[in-house]
Amino acid sequence: MSTVVDQPVARAARRRPGALSLGLSRGALELKQFARTRPYLIFTLLFPVLIVLIFGAAFHGDAGGGVSWTQYFVTGMIASGLLATGFQNLAIQIPIERSRGVLKRLVGTPMPRSAYFIGKIVMVLVVSAISTAILLAMAVAFYGLALPDTATKWFTFAWVSLLGVTACTLLGIAYSSLARTGRAAPSMTTPVALVLQFISGVFFVYTGLPGWMQQIAAFFPLKWIAQGLRSVFLPEEFAAREVAHSWELGRVALVLAAWCVAGLILCLLTFRWTDKD
Amino acid sequence: MKTLIRIFRRERAIVDAVTENLAISVRGLRKAYGRTVAVDGLDLAIPRGEVFALLGPNGAGKTTTVEILEGFRRADGGEVRVLGTDPRNATPAWRSRVGIVLQSTGEFEELTVAEVVHHFARYYAGADDPDKVIDRVGLTEKRDARAEKLSGGQKRRLDVALGIIGRPELLFLDEPTTGFDPEARREFWGLIRDLAAAGTTILLTTHYLDEAEALADRVGVIARGRMVALATPAELGDRRNAMATVSWQGPNGPESERTNAPTAVVAALAERFGGEVPGLTVTRPTLEDVYLAMIDKNAISKEEAA
Repeated sequence: MSTVVDQPVARAARRRPGALSLGLSRGALELKQFARTRPYLIFTLLFPVLIVLIFGAAFHGDAGGGVSWTQYFVTGMIASGLLATGFQNLAIQIPIERSRGVLKRLVGTPMPRSAYFIGKIVMVLVVSAISTAILLAMAVAFYGLALPDTATKWFTFAWVSLLGVTACTLLGIAYSSLARTGRAAPSMTTPVALVLQFISGVFFVYTGLPGWMQQIAAFFPLKWIAQGLRSVFLPEEFAAREVAHSWELGRVALVLAAWCVAGLILCLLTFRWTDKD
Repeated sequence: MKTLIRIFRRERAIVDAVTENLAISVRGLRKAYGRTVAVDGLDLAIPRGEVFALLGPNGAGKTTTVEILEGFRRADGGEVRVLGTDPRNATPAWRSRVGIVLQSTGEFEELTVAEVVHHFARYYAGADDPDKVIDRVGLTEKRDARAEKLSGGQKRRLDVALGIIGRPELLFLDEPTTGFDPEARREFWGLIRDLAAAGTTILLTTHYLDEAEALADRVGVIARGRMVALATPAELGDRRNAMATVSWQGPNGPESERTNAPTAVVAALAERFGGEVPGLTVTRPTLEDVYLAMIDKNAISKEEAA
């Protein structure tokens, strides 16, 4: 047997698909897995809905300026949804995949490494679009939220959401390197997201929070995503009730873009494909 | 400077010519984790087309060695060539020539066998037909079953399908039949023999000595980060010439004798019993006996060194 030295199997001339194409098919696979994991599906998509229902039932009346509490919170919950699907989801899922050797298996194939990240991004974009659509539909149907009536507002909605979800995704991937094992990941991630929600104007009106808390929240992306979304869904007069008495859209873009850059650099520097070397 | 480059190139060409027929060539491999030395000057040469079984107790440096060859870990020292390339510089082109079956990950729970195999086929330019591969590992009946519904052995066969989908020249198999029932193991061995017959070089790690004996052209035993024995399964530890044990049923119960001349012993017994010797057996040490003695010896010399 050992004398049989066959020539390497002749390779077909067919080229391997590129990183983008493989990334998209990874995305499709990830979505399939997501859709078939019922607890995951329900938790990710219905949890924000549940929170809005609770708030809607618990708080009546006005957040000021003709805006109901629920309208105010829905914008925050959409922002939270982006944080959940981008940051929480990946910061928990990637360490689990790393611990189980999923990443190792992929690195052992000729798959371009970028295809893995493209797949994750596709999944996050689709899931967060669905989650946002569900929240909006509910808020419009039950809580009198008005959809944006100008092209400018739709445009703002689009870029704030995209930039926000991109920042959250990159930070989620970067944060995933902190957990040493998959089991540690949820307990390292959930409190961070929860605290951010409390101080960034999701569960409370931002301007009602103590100044030092606002200062801390202003450092992180969630506050700016929520503020950008309020500029889309709340009446123009409400801008006066923000800290700077304006929506500060320029600043929203700047802070979120800065987090995207920081997140990308962290990803490139820290991402690990295996638990240990 | 130019002369230097020329000399370097010529040297390189000589080295390449020697290693060309080797799928794996390792010299003086070292790897330490902190102060623990996992691999301590290991040498290994595996020609193309060979089925090689790497044996050794847990913690002997087996996994570290294999993971360095697979390009998952970096060596601290020594020279490593796998299909002519240092695995630390693994490129997608090199990856597509190497198949890896790691220990099971069970990651695909919600996906079906067909979905997973078809997806992985897309990673390779020269991929095999996914349905053919599914058939080859015996999962055709389960092709539309979700991976989470598969038995342990079936999951393992899915792992193997993903390892061979790219039609690798070199296949790493890490404890491939753990959790198999005897029949599934026999079937699996058939698959490995087919791959070997088609010219695939196979590096196998296993804890089953009968598996090494059934499949491997050569076996290597690693202990304390070094290769302590390297031979065909029949010759390992000079097994062929080892003392035989003749056992029989004596008047006062079982008796046995270790000897270098079993034929003479049997002849003497035949005379004594005047014909048939009750319960007669003549055995040489099994591969497992030889292996365990080898591991034991190394454990003892380690204690002496300490």
